[in-house]
Amino acid sequence: MAEILTTSAPVRQSRFTLRRVLDLEAISMLCQRDLIRFLRERTQLYGALARTVVWLFILGVGLRGSVQVPHGLSYLAFVFPGMMAMAIIFSSLQSAISIIFDREFGFLKEILVAPIPRTSIVLGKALAGATISALQGTIVFIFAPFVGVWPSPWVILISIGVMLLIGLGLTSLGILIAARMRSFEGFGTINNFIILPIYFISGAQFPLTHAPGWLQVIASLNPLTYGVDLLRGLVDGFWTYNAALDLAVIIGFAVLMMSAATWMFSKQE
Amino acid sequence: MIEIRTQDGRVSPGVADPTPAIEVHELVRRFDQFTAVDRLSFSVQPGEVFGFLGPNGAGKSTTIKMLCTLLRPTEGNARVNGYDVMQQPARVRESIGIIFQDYSLDDRITAEENLRFHCMIYHVPANERKARIKDVLEMVNLADRAGERVRQFSGGMKRRLEIARGLLHHPAVLFLDEPTVGLDPQTRQNIWEHLHALRKREGITIFMTTHYMDEAENCDRIGIMDHARLIALDTPAALKEGIGGDVVRLRAEDNAALADLLRQEYDLAPTEEQGRLRFEVEQGDTFVPELLRRFPVAVQSVDISRPTLNDVFLQLTGRAIREEEASNSDRLRTALRRRGGRGA
Repeated sequence: MAEILTTSAPVRQSRFTLRRVLDLEAISMLCQRDLIRFLRERTQLYGALARTVVWLFILGVGLRGSVQVPHGLSYLAFVFPGMMAMAIIFSSLQSAISIIFDREFGFLKEILVAPIPRTSIVLGKALAGATISALQGTIVFIFAPFVGVWPSPWVILISIGVMLLIGLGLTSLGILIAARMRSFEGFGTINNFIILPIYFISGAQFPLTHAPGWLQVIASLNPLTYGVDLLRGLVDGFWTYNAALDLAVIIGFAVLMMSAATWMFSKQE
Repeated sequence: MIEIRTQDGRVSPGVADPTPAIEVHELVRRFDQFTAVDRLSFSVQPGEVFGFLGPNGAGKSTTIKMLCTLLRPTEGNARVNGYDVMQQPARVRESIGIIFQDYSLDDRITAEENLRFHCMIYHVPANERKARIKDVLEMVNLADRAGERVRQFSGGMKRRLEIARGLLHHPAVLFLDEPTVGLDPQTRQNIWEHLHALRKREGITIFMTTHYMDEAENCDRIGIMDHARLIALDTPAALKEGIGGDVVRLRAEDNAALADLLRQEYDLAPTEEQGRLRFEVEQGDTFVPELLRRFPVAVQSVDISRPTLNDVFLQLTGRAIREEEASNSDRLRTALRRRGGRGA
């Protein structure tokens, strides 16, 4: 009969219990990986720049005369925070796509089979996505002088924090969707039914004050509306709601989305 | 009776029945109508090298995915390192390592980064990381390519890197799903030396699937899977003994006539295999001369061999294992599973 060697006890107990809830090293790994990839492949970065130029200076300039904005603001100054929101939303979408890529090309298995608590997987991906979102959003500030906006260093700093929070929520939404998606085919649908409505019904591109009542109701249910309001308040000094409500909504949204994404990731196939 | 020894060779009392490294009971996995794994039951002892042998599509990988918590069993249960794969998936993941059959590297980052990240998520002690990364890279002959991005690697290099990565941490149970397919003999040799050393030093249990017969010989015990079921389970030696004697392959001018003769005169059941008649007798070296003396048939070639695992498989299923490279229906099934996402 086969000789069987047993060394230490066959059942190896992990010594660290905190790791079973919050695995900081794994979170750090997930963030490092996404940041390395983002910084090495410059296409996303250039894309963010190009997008801002196109939307701000072509669409923005074109629509300048036809959109009525709150008094005292130029249209370009009005859409400026919208551009930041757009950078965040596109970047979050990119995070979701990267998960589907990872599934398609196998790397997701390496992550899913590893002893990482599902909360930490989602947290790591969301933090990475939020950081990249905030980075891309911050790039928009380069164009501030061209639209006549002069934010103070403090405003920029606080805006970065706000963009991180918005990015956390939107990236988690992306993770939630990607957690169950198996192919790229469905992604156009996601884009049309989730990304574009969230963006256009957020007050980023045009003020909602002149929109029909039903649209205003939908907008008030859209978490990005509050994110845009907070950024616009910071950058332009114009608020529809107030900072406390805005902040509460985007934090609540982030927590909700992260919980839902964690739940989705915990289910075995 | 299984003899249990501790690392220093003493027979340890009171642990005659240790927690099995893997314990599977009536495990079933269905994909809609298709049953990929059918009422599988077996157990693997700690420190054992256990192999699953079988053609593509037999259900080996599906079993591994269930044991690794990547796929939910439809019925039955399984425990790995004493933990239930359904109830305690997190504990199971802490106990295992796996080298997947299909690709699972990040090819946008460097080889070294892939390995470093693996160390991070498996919490390899920080002061050992450098040495282990160097060690596994040398094992697969990639030490000089560590800083290159994986996308620049050839298919074989990627595979080698993947195996290296899987051996960075030392789990209680290591799963290897078709680990060395397509690798050169030298690398396979290196990998097996490393595996045996690891097993000796760390006492890890190895669970592998393969369709390489020589690789299966590395196993303490082998389970043979076919059409979703486990059809045999024993040591390689016992499995081969079960064949009862030698395998004889004869090519005659008239195979059909010879086959009739063997059936009528010797009560044998010859099968046709690549233009040759194949049958088993107790003593091949005395049987063949005796046959030719009694019946002077025109024989073109004779081959007498000790039974191999392939013969075992042939006897159990009526087919050779190597002929079973993914048939079209298997391939379609795999493709459908991928698209439908049920196999991921």
